[in-house]
Amino acid sequence: MKNEEFGILIVDDEPAVRDALQSWFQKDGYCTETASDVIDALKKLSVKSYDIVLLDIKMPNISGIELQKRIKEVDADIVIIMITAYASVETAVEALKEGAFDYVTKPIDPDDLSKLVRRAIEQLKLKKENIQLRRQIDEFIMSEDLVGESPQIKKILELINTVSKTDVTVLIRGESGTGKELVARLIHANSSRKYFSLVPVNCGALPETLLESELFGHEKGAFTGAAYMRKGKLEMANGGILFLDEVGMISIKTQVDLLRVLETKKFMRLGGHKEISVDFRVVCATNQNLERLMKEGTFREDFYYRINVFQIDTPPLRERQADIPLLAKHFVDKYAREINKKIDNISSEAMDVLMKHDWPGNVRELENAIERAIVVTKGSVIKPDDLPLQMNQQKSAPAAGDSLEAQEKAHILYVLHQAGWNITKAAKTLGIDRVTLYNKIKKYG
Amino acid sequence: MAEKVTSMPSTIHLALIHHPNPEAVEFISSRISHVFKIPVKLQHASFDPRIAFDSRRQQYDSTVLLAELLKEIQNKEDKIIGLTDVDLFIPVLTFVFGEAQLNGNAAIASYYRLRNAFYGLPDNPDLVLHRLEKEVIHEMGHTFNLIHCPNYRCVMQASTSVDEIDLKTGNFCPTCLEKIRQE
Ligand SMILES: [Zn+2]
Ligand SMILES: [Zn+2]
Repeated sequence: MKNEEFGILIVDDEPAVRDALQSWFQKDGYCTETASDVIDALKKLSVKSYDIVLLDIKMPNISGIELQKRIKEVDADIVIIMITAYASVETAVEALKEGAFDYVTKPIDPDDLSKLVRRAIEQLKLKKENIQLRRQIDEFIMSEDLVGESPQIKKILELINTVSKTDVTVLIRGESGTGKELVARLIHANSSRKYFSLVPVNCGALPETLLESELFGHEKGAFTGAAYMRKGKLEMANGGILFLDEVGMISIKTQVDLLRVLETKKFMRLGGHKEISVDFRVVCATNQNLERLMKEGTFREDFYYRINVFQIDTPPLRERQADIPLLAKHFVDKYAREINKKIDNISSEAMDVLMKHDWPGNVRELENAIERAIVVTKGSVIKPDDLPLQMNQQKSAPAAGDSLEAQEKAHILYVLHQAGWNITKAAKTLGIDRVTLYNKIKKYG
Repeated sequence: MAEKVTSMPSTIHLALIHHPNPEAVEFISSRISHVFKIPVKLQHASFDPRIAFDSRRQQYDSTVLLAELLKEIQNKEDKIIGLTDVDLFIPVLTFVFGEAQLNGNAAIASYYRLRNAFYGLPDNPDLVLHRLEKEVIHEMGHTFNLIHCPNYRCVMQASTSVDEIDLKTGNFCPTCLEKIRQE
């Protein structure tokens, strides 16, 4: 399809902006028209159908959000791009939630504008050229692990659906175990960048110098031990999404370096002199109070505002108790299938225990508890005794006898407890594989 | 809207606005006459570019400069391209390399952001010269009613960064060349 087959309507009350953008898009060959106010815009939209509307968020007499709603009423398929002043980015984010495709801030970087419109056109082309494909694109890819019927989960899915279609930076906040990485993976799976990688970096796991080399890569001989050139995560994320987990743990120096990359989309490998251009989207996650870190001076304000454009909060499990039965059932099915055991239910007493627990480790803790129960249970129904000890307060740990078996059992219990009943982690600590650990847990009950 | 140009221009005016490099001017001038097969007349712009200066942005409004350039030509069939070293912008965008009236008479190109120094890289005068050549021919192409071309080697390919300018050549692809002939 040629550009002239696409219609663009520019709605702005400033003549200079209208003329400049019209001339810009005409040179790209698009069929371009302008409207100076709401009535003009709605009139034009009623006679002709447009593919893209560039909409100034600040119009006299009406809010850009309101106008966007009216346009969507006329034509729900229209791609709306908001033009906003830097000061009203918040409103633009609100517009995204209402279904805008994306937004640009004035003055607009020409490169951003052309990339954005190209992305919109690509999406329109796919829609126009193949209705079949359109169904697939519109179909929201779900994760089996993000289970729930609570309003909180529905809200999160809605936010993921909205934000995944844009290119804005997302900050995911929530306690550990609430599924922040899962949210990042869903954003990726539902975005136009899904054919490129999601590259996770655990920023809390590495000291400053190692994190820098992990992110930026290095040239041969950049430092002692750098025997080969190595590409960093920034390069690997090209085209895709860079997922910075535990972003609050990044040192001030690395924050400065990263900020520069996020702003220029260019960087150099450690010890290198050649600038490398990259195009990736950034999704961050944290369980820390970044605002407090800012006050304490360990988190930069400019970096904070750069990464916190669109925020998604993953609620702790205790705040969405209603989801516990569904989640528990989901994990029962998952692990019963995995170890080929026929278990189809959770007894109401066991469910009672699950509902009463306050889940400091959140969904991950629940998943670990169910996995453990599936391994130890003797029947086809999970009973309170199958659940980890700390949930059944009435049951106290057995004193270890002197036999080797008793010592082993006590030690396994101890390690399992330390690992929060995460079997993979415990097996690793014990230096045995998961299956062996399963068997031992079964043997000792 | 630019008015329709009906016949081939007899002259392309190359107007220097604040432009200090004589070798560059000579090269650009010979390239324009070679590509468009129209004589080029070299002149200094008679206006002061400071009228287009925006002190808040520390940049020059290219639309204002285009309007001034238009006043420099008497013959309605002629075209004029301004060559400058100041940083150009149009109010809604952060910057432009140049601007032109589509199917009109005036265009402007700046080498301010074509220089390697702008990006903190070592100077490369030869590279800058070729970027400027491409930018000038590109903007002139717009005045001949050419729109952006999907051919990545064609000078009418849209470029919003110097990397993109470096990728394309300084020549028209066969399709664009044919369109110019028809004009
Ligand atoms: Zn152009
Ligand atoms: Zn071409």
